[in-house]
Amino acid sequence: MTNEKQEKIKKVSIVVSRGSLDGVYPGLIMGNGARMEGIEANLFFTFFGLHAITKKKVNKIKVATVGNPAMCVPSAMGPGLPTWMGALPGMSWFATSMMKKEMEKLDIPPVGEFLEMIHDAGAKIYACKATVDMFHLTPDDFLPQVEGIINVAKFYEVAAGGEIIFT
Amino acid sequence: MPRKQLNGRAIEVTDEGFLVNPSEWSEDLAPLLAKEIGIDNLTDAHWKVIRFMRSDFEAKGQIPSIRRMKNEGGIPTKELYELFPEGPAKKAAYVSGLGKPQGCV
Repeated sequence: MTNEKQEKIKKVSIVVSRGSLDGVYPGLIMGNGARMEGIEANLFFTFFGLHAITKKKVNKIKVATVGNPAMCVPSAMGPGLPTWMGALPGMSWFATSMMKKEMEKLDIPPVGEFLEMIHDAGAKIYACKATVDMFHLTPDDFLPQVEGIINVAKFYEVAAGGEIIFT
Repeated sequence: MPRKQLNGRAIEVTDEGFLVNPSEWSEDLAPLLAKEIGIDNLTDAHWKVIRFMRSDFEAKGQIPSIRRMKNEGGIPTKELYELFPEGPAKKAAYVSGLGKPQGCV
């Protein structure tokens, strides 16, 4: 063990690959948090994570109540929700609105507002080219905060010299 | 807790230099605290941030988040980052004599 101070992280590139609420927020919080600490940040949205940066889906990101063994009612640490109940109509809507209420209390913004803030904070937001093609999207489908649609080669180029975090 | 001399007063601070007691802060200390973190000149725009932080802290008992500064204080996020580069929430709180912000956003 040495007492030397660890070198500060200077740059992060965060890959957001999932489209559920709990799939999207960690990347947003880490990206925003990086900027708050003066760390350069890129966010790269791929696969279903791409939903978060489209005009159509940005404010429709939901909690998955099916296939989520940690799902509890009525609160996050309550008794487990029986698996089959997660599939009941309205369950995902209910879980999402509960969680959003808790997040609002902590001043965590909705996805669209959060992306605006992250952009204004100087982070760069990118869409994955392969997913854009797969989902038949065009540049017009994306929020104005999106810097560009890039392929994996370009991603590594923008991520050069920093840490890469996959979420 | 260590103390540091500011304008002839011995003020209690944390190891990182944040004021321990926000009540010990007064406007004359802000330029001195700002200099310590590399802001040589406090403009009206800086003061708008400082005054909002102070009044919101007094009203709510906690340091406002960047989002709150935007929505309630009318301070655009982009501007905040320009005024207090490389760590706006922390630096603005530092100059305003508040503790280190503990929130994640």
